[in-house]
Amino acid sequence: MKLKHLLVTATCTALLAATAQAEGVKVGMITTLSGGGAGLGIDVRDGFMLAVEQAGRSDLEVVIEDDQRKPDVAVQLADKMIQSEKVDVLTGIIWSNLAMAVVPATVAQNKFYLSPNAGPSALAGKGCHKNYFNVAWQNDNLHEAAGAYANTAGLGNSFILAPNYPAGKDALTGYKRFYEGALAGELYTKLGQTDYASEIAQIRASGADSVYFFLPGGMGISFLKQYADSGLDLPVVGPAFSFDQGILQAVGAAALGVRNTSQWSKDIDNATNAAFVESFAAKYGRLPSLYASQGFDTANLLISAMDKADVADQDAFRAALQAADFASTRGDFAFGPNNHPIQDIYVREVIQEGDVFTNKIISVGLEDRGDAYAADCKM
Amino acid sequence: MSWILLVEQALNGLQFGVMLFLMAAGLTLIFGVMGLINLAHGSLYMIGAFAAAAVAAATGSFVLALIASLAAAALAGVLIEATIIRRLYDRDHLDQVLATFALILIFSEGTRWAFGSFPLFLDRPEALSGTVSLPFGIEYSRYRLALIGVGLAVAAGLFWMIAKTRVGIRIRAGENDREMIAALGVDISRLYTLVFALGAALAGLAGALIGAIQSVQVGMGEPVLILAFVVIVIGGIGSVQGALVGAILVGLTDTLGGFLLPKAFALFLSPATATSVGSSLASMSIYILMAGVLLVRPKGLFGGA
Repeated sequence: MKLKHLLVTATCTALLAATAQAEGVKVGMITTLSGGGAGLGIDVRDGFMLAVEQAGRSDLEVVIEDDQRKPDVAVQLADKMIQSEKVDVLTGIIWSNLAMAVVPATVAQNKFYLSPNAGPSALAGKGCHKNYFNVAWQNDNLHEAAGAYANTAGLGNSFILAPNYPAGKDALTGYKRFYEGALAGELYTKLGQTDYASEIAQIRASGADSVYFFLPGGMGISFLKQYADSGLDLPVVGPAFSFDQGILQAVGAAALGVRNTSQWSKDIDNATNAAFVESFAAKYGRLPSLYASQGFDTANLLISAMDKADVADQDAFRAALQAADFASTRGDFAFGPNNHPIQDIYVREVIQEGDVFTNKIISVGLEDRGDAYAADCKM
Repeated sequence: MSWILLVEQALNGLQFGVMLFLMAAGLTLIFGVMGLINLAHGSLYMIGAFAAAAVAAATGSFVLALIASLAAAALAGVLIEATIIRRLYDRDHLDQVLATFALILIFSEGTRWAFGSFPLFLDRPEALSGTVSLPFGIEYSRYRLALIGVGLAVAAGLFWMIAKTRVGIRIRAGENDREMIAALGVDISRLYTLVFALGAALAGLAGALIGAIQSVQVGMGEPVLILAFVVIVIGGIGSVQGALVGAILVGLTDTLGGFLLPKAFALFLSPATATSVGSSLASMSIYILMAGVLLVRPKGLFGGA
């Protein structure tokens, strides 16, 4: 009995101590660190932690948990972080379906959420929230830039395909929003499909002059290898998700010359980016991907807001975030009225540098692009 | 839609089917002989692919990579059989599912620990790159044609082994009456290890062959595992013959369904709706096939009475 009493007292003191020193900011990072999609979460985490380490602040604490790419796990972790860890800011989620499960509840509890990746349209339009900031892109953005690129490249008869799930439909919608040519075919594949022989045969028979595909992760690796082997030589365009630094090495020469759209590239010419690429490679022994750059930018945005305001003063902190007064790896970066980025989207080409496959920028696809949903956002 | 496209799709379905057979054959043998539900079969597929990718990166030889995939998967199979699986034969299926599910997690995170979280590179051999011209002006991938050949050859070898060799006789005997062949002096535990290693090696080979045109990554085995279970349920659990027929049925249904259903719906729906409805229905097609087969033959096409 006495022991129990002592324990309770000790816990209370600890709790008091914890709240008493809450001068700084406590960040909860929920991201995918195991299973098939772990490469993305690891890149976001590593980019984020690199910025935290470089800032060297003692008043910034980060708690990292693995969501296993499962919405239910992510929701539990978010509850735990808000209820018992008492975090001020949540971040880290990669996948749109997980973001949809976590973000609305988080911001409703007066916590900030900074998205380093997922940007579902539902959270950009009617479902926007003053405490939700997306530091990466709205989901449609890279696809819109690809549609715009197809026009300038003179492609007039595209065959387009994406997996049959919400982000896949957003992708093809985004492409068609800017693309002005005809469609030789439009296909929805199974999510997680790894064999594209059937689709490639249909592309061959369709008389298309180009292919646009959104197949993130392993799906894109499979598609590109099989496409290269099929003897088809129509130009291929895709978003950066199938051409990031993590998976290009697995695709190999099959990806060479492919045009892809991205808001970031390691050859964007500014001092922040050059320093980021160099320090990331030095610390982790690999080149950063766009996901790593998004994690890095997210942390730097947060740190810039901490310099200006105390997180306890929510309005001041929000204004500081909204100002986006930090040196982004992307160069120009600003938030639109719905707290989503306004930024340039580039067209890149896959090249080989020595043994390493990587990207170089060839043009700007869309300049200062916001998103199609900002008008629906009433904050 | 031309006939050429249809034939090409049928070939794609056949290729998918024979590769599924390599997975399903091991699964059905292990279930038939030992009565074990092995969820970790997909992990053996993954191990084969990773071993092949590692050896191909080190030596540049695809043949060596295939040998490595067979060896690594068989070795992993023997290892888990001797240490863990052996304790599960007498337990009920729920225990087996639980333990082999744990093995999936252990293998996945172990592979991540050893090879990292990013997909590995494995390419088909240069000699099998490009396309080959078949009669009637069909252009078909040389590598996929080779896959069909290898798959059918392995199937023939397996049937020959089961029908004609001493090991095959013991395997068949084991399927019929375990206690009796043990009583007749057959070293049953060695037979079990052998069957497990054989199934594992086939899964590893499938992983390496498929890994060359797909993505070699952690978790690549689980989607295939589900399909392999569908195959053995359709074919009849324990029947290698059923696994072959079931695999080719599933391969053809999946490929042709995904190709033809959206086109069929396009006849009376708007193109966008037809694509969406057709694709959704196509994803279900193999499960509808399975349900249909089970309605008519509850024990599968080649299932015993």
